[in-house]
Amino acid sequence: MAEKISHTQYGDAPLSTAHNVDDDGINAEGLEAHSGDRLVSRSITINAPRQALYEFWRDLRNLPRFMENIRSISVSDNNRSHWVVDAPGGRQIEWDSMLIDDQPGSLLAWESAEGASVRNNGRIEFKDSTNGRGTVVTATIVYDPPAGNIGRMVAKLFEKEPQIQVRRDLRRFKQLMETGEVATSSPPNPQPKA
Amino acid sequence: MRALTWHGKHDVRVETVPDPQILNPRDAIIRVTATAICGSDLHLYDHYIPTMKSGDILGHEFMGEVVEVGPGNTKLRVGDRVVVPFVIACGKCFFCERLQFSACDNSNPADNADMSETLYGYPMTGAFGCSHLTGGYPGGQAEFVRVPFSDVGPIVIPDGIEDERVLFLSDILPTGWMAAENCQIQDGDVVAVWGCGPVGLFAIQSAFVQGAHRVIAVDHHPHRLELAKFMGAEVVNFDEVDVREALTEMTGGIGPDSCIDAVGMESHGFSADNMLDKAKAAVGLVTDRPHALRQVILACRKGGHVSIPGVYGGMADKFPIGALMEKGLFVATGQTHVQKYSEKLLKMILEDKLDTTFLISHRLPLEQAAHGYKIFKEEQNTVTKVVLHPGMSQVH
Repeated sequence: MAEKISHTQYGDAPLSTAHNVDDDGINAEGLEAHSGDRLVSRSITINAPRQALYEFWRDLRNLPRFMENIRSISVSDNNRSHWVVDAPGGRQIEWDSMLIDDQPGSLLAWESAEGASVRNNGRIEFKDSTNGRGTVVTATIVYDPPAGNIGRMVAKLFEKEPQIQVRRDLRRFKQLMETGEVATSSPPNPQPKA
Repeated sequence: MRALTWHGKHDVRVETVPDPQILNPRDAIIRVTATAICGSDLHLYDHYIPTMKSGDILGHEFMGEVVEVGPGNTKLRVGDRVVVPFVIACGKCFFCERLQFSACDNSNPADNADMSETLYGYPMTGAFGCSHLTGGYPGGQAEFVRVPFSDVGPIVIPDGIEDERVLFLSDILPTGWMAAENCQIQDGDVVAVWGCGPVGLFAIQSAFVQGAHRVIAVDHHPHRLELAKFMGAEVVNFDEVDVREALTEMTGGIGPDSCIDAVGMESHGFSADNMLDKAKAAVGLVTDRPHALRQVILACRKGGHVSIPGVYGGMADKFPIGALMEKGLFVATGQTHVQKYSEKLLKMILEDKLDTTFLISHRLPLEQAAHGYKIFKEEQNTVTKVVLHPGMSQVH
């Protein structure tokens, strides 16, 4: 819950805005973290009802419409999905993700399945704005910064600017939900992704 | 198609570039019939604004005929004549609902929005032909232009009205109008306007329409001061007099009730602070030279209104924050919420309540746009507004 954090340590500000975030703090948030894990979190207000936003996100096949770098998401069963993401150098990274909590209209939480190259878990929360401005959507991701060669490559994708990636994806989600389209100023890539 | 493209400081060219295409459902394609060079284009021409890329198409004041409409647009029809606001606004977000169109949250592509979020704290809206800070949208100094969210911005013009009477609904007319509105003019008010370029001239006219008792215009170009006088303003030439003392004397010691900075970041003049700003800007220590704004803040009466339509982009030095606070000034600024004013100002044009063509000094074919930039930059006294017409035959 982005707005309820350890009040003694951070006042009323979210954990993600703290100068130092440790795994104890993350665990206290109800997310799973090991020593060295990183936290990324970002909120955006969307001028739309939260049930509609939840339902759009819940159909994971919609996510590539606003998330960058995702080549495909295939849903194997209700709780398991397979993600394929474009990485720098023309390579691809794949992993399985398990849905571990699903509260219709308000929350989706996931964790990566055993063997993921970037161990991660997180949640998307949908809350009514308390001052009538639509829905506050908060994305929170906890991930294990990878090591080694593949780690360095993966890091380029996930670690270097994960904050930027999350905020861009949320902006595009907002654009799509509020206006029906994702704003762009340049013609599409002549070789669109499959 | 042919378009005016930016390649570096004082290097713009008319080139053949790919035609625009519909990219999103609410887009339209406009065939441009008239477009103008704006003072803020000169900030790009002088390379005062970062994030320009070689080949960018400039131009954010344009109008034309709708030639193609996306499947999500139920408002426009092929053949409509429209004027297009320079601010791109979605019409659906928190800000658009509050008519703060130039704060639209959705029109700047997500990847471009990072820069202005870093610079200003929150991402800025998209705009045509004004650098990649505002989205990198190709501009309207071209034969054709793609207009996103075209069911919100473009205003349809009735038949029989010449282009030039309505073209400035795209930017400078609503910008001058909002600059005056930001002064919250009361009966008996004296409004001072720095800069008699197109925005300043429209601010003068708007201030009178909004009830100003007197308007005093400040500039140093004799011809521009003449135009201000033609609009009914009293004029002050800063090459000849001490502006603040003149304004104080002309207002019986009280000072102007409202002061409008229609100059912006490349203020002229030879005062010490301006020369220092120039030196610092040359080595990159500051981006904005706020000489006019300093004078505005000092000249304004206590408890008065300061309105800033002039464009600033980054950091300014030696800002008189003490005068601003101690005098209890009200400050209102911002890029223009163009869409908010379109209908109202179009109606006033049609009723002949506003003169929108008096400031046009030059009409050129699009092919001569680079020449237009050069003279607008170098001959500011006589070149007050350059209108470009694609397809107009070459003149010399």
